[in-house]
Formats: sequence, C-alpha cells, structure tokens
Amino acid sequence: MKKYRWLWLAVVMAFVIAACGGGDATTTTAGEGAATTEGGASTTAAEGEATTTAGAPAESTGFEHLDQAMAGEFEGTTVEIVAQWVEGEEENFNAALDPFREATGIDVQYEGLPDYELALQTRVDGNDAPDLAQIAQPGKMASYQADGQLVDISGWFNVDKLREEQVAGFVELTEVDGGVYGVYYKTDVKSIVWYPVAPFEEAGYAIPTTWDEMTALSDQIIADGNGNPWCIGIESEAADGWVATDWLEDIVLRTAGVDFYNQWWKHEVPFNSPEVLAAAEQMSAIWFAPDYVFGGNTAINATNIRDVANPMFDPAGPQCWFQKQASWIPEFWPGNRDVPDREAWANPPGEASSFFYLPGIDPAVGNPVLGAGDMFSMFTDGDRPEVRALLEYLATPQGAQAWIEVGGFISPNTTVPQDWYTTYPNTELVPILNGADAFGFDASDLMPAEVGAGSFWTGMVNWVAANGEGTEEIFQGIEDGWPAS
Amino acid sequence: MPEAVEAKLETNRRPPLSIVRDLTVAVGVIVLIWLGLRVLRSETALDALGPFGGKLVQALIGIVLGVVGIWALFVVANSLVELLPARATTVIRPYVFVGPAVVVLSIFLLAPAVGTIIQSFTEVPEGEGPFYNYVQAFTDPALQIALRNNAIWLILAPAGALLIGLAFAGLVDRVKRESLAKSFIFIPLCISGAGVAVIWRFIYEWRPEGQPQIGILNAIVTSFGGEPVPWLQEIPTNTLALIVAFVWIQTGFAMVILSAAIKGVPVELMEAARIDGAGEFQTFLRIVLPSIRGSVITVFTVTAIAVLKVFDIVYVTTNGNFETDVIANRMFNEMFRFRNFGFATALAVILLVAVIPIMVVNVRNLRRQGIGA
Repeated sequence: MKKYRWLWLAVVMAFVIAACGGGDATTTTAGEGAATTEGGASTTAAEGEATTTAGAPAESTGFEHLDQAMAGEFEGTTVEIVAQWVEGEEENFNAALDPFREATGIDVQYEGLPDYELALQTRVDGNDAPDLAQIAQPGKMASYQADGQLVDISGWFNVDKLREEQVAGFVELTEVDGGVYGVYYKTDVKSIVWYPVAPFEEAGYAIPTTWDEMTALSDQIIADGNGNPWCIGIESEAADGWVATDWLEDIVLRTAGVDFYNQWWKHEVPFNSPEVLAAAEQMSAIWFAPDYVFGGNTAINATNIRDVANPMFDPAGPQCWFQKQASWIPEFWPGNRDVPDREAWANPPGEASSFFYLPGIDPAVGNPVLGAGDMFSMFTDGDRPEVRALLEYLATPQGAQAWIEVGGFISPNTTVPQDWYTTYPNTELVPILNGADAFGFDASDLMPAEVGAGSFWTGMVNWVAANGEGTEEIFQGIEDGWPAS
Repeated sequence: MPEAVEAKLETNRRPPLSIVRDLTVAVGVIVLIWLGLRVLRSETALDALGPFGGKLVQALIGIVLGVVGIWALFVVANSLVELLPARATTVIRPYVFVGPAVVVLSIFLLAPAVGTIIQSFTEVPEGEGPFYNYVQAFTDPALQIALRNNAIWLILAPAGALLIGLAFAGLVDRVKRESLAKSFIFIPLCISGAGVAVIWRFIYEWRPEGQPQIGILNAIVTSFGGEPVPWLQEIPTNTLALIVAFVWIQTGFAMVILSAAIKGVPVELMEAARIDGAGEFQTFLRIVLPSIRGSVITVFTVTAIAVLKVFDIVYVTTNGNFETDVIANRMFNEMFRFRNFGFATALAVILLVAVIPIMVVNVRNLRRQGIGA
C-alpha cells in the first residue's frame, strides 16, 4: 500500500513538473510571438509604403479600411470567413480572395461548410461564430440580427457607394431598423429555361417568346412523339420543395406584378390571395397536365434537382426538353460533375445546351426577373479593421473578379465591366438582369423561415403528391400557419 | 477483511510530515489543472508551435487533463478525506467519489432538462397563456400526423426488432459458426443512423417506368415485370419502409442480448423438459422464453425509447414529407430551421413525458432481476 502511495506521488509530481515547464514555455513563447508579429507588422508597413511610393500610387477603393489594408497596415492578421461553397465553388471563391490576400498580407482563412445553414447555426449558438459568414436567406439574416449576433456596418461602411453600384433593391434587403447587416456579393437569375440545343434545332423548334408560345411548343413536342416537354424535380435533401416555390413566385411576378409580389412576401396580403391561387392554376397547367412532365408528379417529388436534367441529355435523345432553373444548374448535369477541367464538359452550356428567358405572361406586367443572392454578414465585433477591410473588398468588383472570369458568378454590382463576363451563361444572363422590367427577390427566402423554408416547401410537396388537387386547402394551410409577428 | 479495515484505520493516524506532503500534492494538482485549463482556453498560448503543432499539443494537454487529471483529482480528494478522523472518512468518502458524477449530471443533464421545461411554458407569443405551445402542439394538423406516426413506430418497431432478434438468437444457438452468423446480424448496429438512412434511401430509390431502376427493390420488382413502386412516397407504405430500416439496425442489438440470456438458461432445465417429452419449439416457448423474460423486457423498453427518439432515418429519407413525420424530426425543424424555441421545447417535453412510462417499466424490470436497489 505504502509503495503504491509513493508511486502515485511520483506520477503526480512528474505531472506537476511537466505541466509547470509547459506552462512557462507557452507563456514565454506567446510573448515572443506577439513581439515578432509587432515587429513584422511595422517592417512590412514600411515596406508597403516604400512600394506604393516607388510604384504606381494605390488608387483609392472608396472604402476606408480597404485602403488601409491595401497599404499593408493589417499584414499578419487573420480573418475567418465561411460560406456554403465547397469543391469547385470553393476554388473559385479562394481565387477571388487571393488578390486581397496578396495585396494586404492578411491571412484570410476560408472554410466551405457542408450542410451549411445548420453548421453555421451550430457555430453561432456555440459561441464560435466566424468573422464573416455567407447568408443565403435574408430571413435568416433577420433572425440572426434579432438574436443580436450581427454587427451593424452602417457606421463605417460606405453604404451610399453600395446603394449606387448595386442593382436596385439589394441594399434594402440588408436593412433592419436603419442598420445595415450584410453586403450582397453574388446573385442568381432564376427566370430561365434550359434546353438541349442540337435536338431542339433538329426538330425545328423555335424559342418561345410568350407564355402561350411556350405551352404551344410543349403541346407540339408531345404531338411529335418526342417525349415529355418538361424536366421537373423538387427533391433536395432537407430542402424538398424549393424548386416549386420558385416556379410559383416566377408566375406570381408575371401575373400580379412586382408590387403585389412584394406585398405578398411581406404578408400584407394573405398568402392564399386570389392572385396567388390564379398563379397556382397557371402553374398546374404545366406541372400536372398529362404528359407535360417526365415521369409525372411522382417523378417531380422523387427526382433530386441534380438528376432532373439526366433524361434531357439521354444519349438516345431528349426524353424531356425544358428545365427551369438558375444559371448554376449546368454544374450538376451529368458529365459536368466531378470534372475538374471545365473544358472537358460533356455538354458545355452554350453549345449542347442553352437557355431562354421564361416568357412574360401579362403584357401589362412586362418581363420581370426572379433572382436571389448571397450576402456576407459580420458576426464578430467590427472593431477589427482587417475584417472590415475584407467585407469592403467583397463589395468591390475586384472582390469577385476571379470568380466572374471563371464563370458561374454574377455580381449584383453594376460597375463590374461587362467584358469580365466571358463565359457563356453570364454573357447572356447579365443583359437579362439589367434589362428586366422589375427584379423580384426570391420570396421564399424573404418569408419567415416557418413559411419560406417550412410550410411553403412542404405545402408544394403535398400539392405535387396530390397531383395538383386540393390547391385551396393547401394554400389555406400555409396561410393559417403564418407565424404571428 | 476486518484486518484490512483495521490497517486502514491505522493509516489515519499518520505523522504530520505525511499530512504536509498530502496537502502539498493536493494544492499542486489543483494548480496544475487550473494552469492546463488556462492554456486550453487561451487562443494564443500555443500559437508559437504553429497551427499543427499547436493543435497537437492542445489535444495532448486535453487528453492528459481528462485522463490523468481526473484520476489525480480523485486520488487527491481521497488522500484529503483520509486526513480526517476515521469515522468521518468512512462517511464522507462515498460522496467524494459519487459527488463529481452527480455534479456533472446536474449541470449537463438536469439543468438543461429543467430549462427546457421552463422554456416550453415561457417562450410564448405576447398575450398568450403558458400552455400556448402545448395547445399548438396538439392542434397542429401536421403534428397530429407525427404523433400518429410515433404511435405506429412504437407498436411495430420494437415488436419487429424483438421478434426477429429472438428468432435469430434461438436459431443461431445451433449454428456451427455462431459468432460469424451473429456478426452479420450485428453489423448494422455499428453503422450510424444517418448512414443506414442513406443505404435504405438507395434501396427504396424510384425512377420513372422505363428508366433503369438503381434502387435494388424496384430493380427486383421491375425484373418480375412489375411497375416501380415509389416506396417513400406512398402512404402508408413509406412509414413501414422506414420502420423496416430501423428494425434492420435494432435486430442485432436484440439478438446479442437475447442470445446471451438464452445461454444462461440452465441446461438441466432444458434436459428435464426434453425428457418429459417436450419438442424443440415447446421447450423454447415454455422453458427458454419464461427464463429470459427480464432480457426480453429490457430489449423491448430500450428499443421503444430509441423509437421515440427516432430522427435520422426520417430526416435523411423523406424529411417528414408524405406523412412520414415524427416528433423528433419536427422538433429539429422547429428548433434549428424555424428557431421556434417555445414550440421545439414543448415537443421535447412531450417526448420526455412519453419516455417516462417506458423508463418505469425498465427500472422495475431491473429491480426484479436484482440489479439496482
């Protein structure tokens, strides 16, 4: 017994000594580290000045902290930024960040999180929020803001410049009670319909310019025995149904106009207003019409958005012809996935496939565009100038240049030179965006999460499961479940 | 034994030097642990070691603190208690050893549970009574479907796992390569719930007629000339399909417990039954089954609790669409997607209340077996 006691003591003492030594070592090295970074910062700042005076004087970016960062004042600091972009998109985003990293010496650590919304929420709840985080849904931004998690940037960010440069409506979406809680970085145009070019031309079909032409063409495809006109699928892991909400929104925009549309998502009019039910009617004329959709309503609910276009590119010829989806969808088409070399795409957009603008319906409403976007919001205290500088950089055209030039990216910033858009979809999309009669932001992103990411999604899934029957009850159910504000 | 106790009592009358030594060690250990925690909490202390080295040292400190530190704390606490008079030592020592576990459970289990219950009554819209969330929960049409589904799960899943597990346990007893056969049944239990859900999602995959069926079930159906069945969309086939996936996991658990219990049935008893002319089936029904009654109840209650908590299978396969929702999935959605803390906590409390009767049965069963006080 006694022997063991001494053994314990020996172990404990060893532990004491080891840990004491460790503690000392870490405290001293930490001190040294701080000293060297200070020294490093001062020398590089001097170097930075030297280079600016020697070379061309750095042009002001119009943003205070970004100018300072470009002068090398924050070299050696670290900024953590997270977004949902992984794999190819992660590479592109990193490429867009690289000029900032090189010019400022700030270590921008980007992390692309899978299952993004939940991952971000978990980190924020766990007091481990990143400095900057991408948010896709303004409703999500509002709830983070209500929780007091977001930094109001209006005090130091040149919001007027932002308002001037971005497509009208974006800054307004980041405003809450006079504060500004995000900067829009990326946008998508959703009102487009993809089709396979070669078979389409072989069959002698023409691009429809009105809604009626589009339905007439659909009928003709069926009559010609060329399969089903539409490829539709709304299965999307935990977000089933959002594709259907986009469709309905696009039709509401085209039939009831953008003013009604904005009232609708603000819930100033009931969710199941007659205008919306009429739009649903218009939608079921395509979705639930016999032979219009490949595989019928069961396939709509069963097909993952990544697989929707597979029959369109069937080697034996298209089994369905149209997919209404945003400009990023080609990345998910067969032959395009997991191919690092974009040149090797089996069905390069613009050659094998192309798109047309989803036609307007009511001439009085004109040709509106439905879109969405990603903003960056600041989660940590805004007193760190390097974080502010990065947020400012992301608002400049240069902040996205590398990604724009690769493709798959549209900036909400109108000062982006048109010739940066060199890849096919965007060369066509940017004119659509700029020439639209109105821009409607994806309503389900703006509605409260209970609706926009909940009952609206599940309601559409149920509607499809019922093959378009019981429209009134389903829409009434969504209206009834609207949370009391 | 008495000798050992006496020897123990002897040690309590110790020279002052050893008291000083024990106290020094105690203070040293506490200071050390405090220092270690400071290093772990600091964001910069280990930066000098580089991103990888820092993480590595941090992990090492964590492991050392967690394993050696806790052990050292117990040793120190024990030695301090031994400094007290002999009678006090015997009275206090059990609390010293049980105390930390009680404290940890209180902080990480009891406190959140109480907080959840309170929140479910207080997180209500302005002007609404404390039962608002519960009224909502029981009147929401979608939630009624979830409650109904939980009931279906509760009836079918434990019964399925139990019956199949029992059949395997009884049969596998006679197999030559018993452990190999058992391993196959047991493997699904080692796969995470989400992984199982992904596997079964592929099994149930549906493609429009005429397309190649990549789901094995529909591939079989169509190879016999049938029409592909959308297993996960058809009501109520879809809920049953999800229950099958769950039973697939739990059968291994049931089999292992029941197989061990069957081996514990006295051979004499079985032989006596056989001599009296009982057949194999009758022996199993009349002798084995009553003998392993306790284990059967354990398997049933543990599976029932797992069923009430079921989430991953539903979330991954259908996300609660097509009337397959269950309470836990709805709770997850309310909590993490809609940020409705009041509603989500009310659902958590409903689940908690639903589990209590099953726990009572389980504890009584354990007591009957002589396990636990």
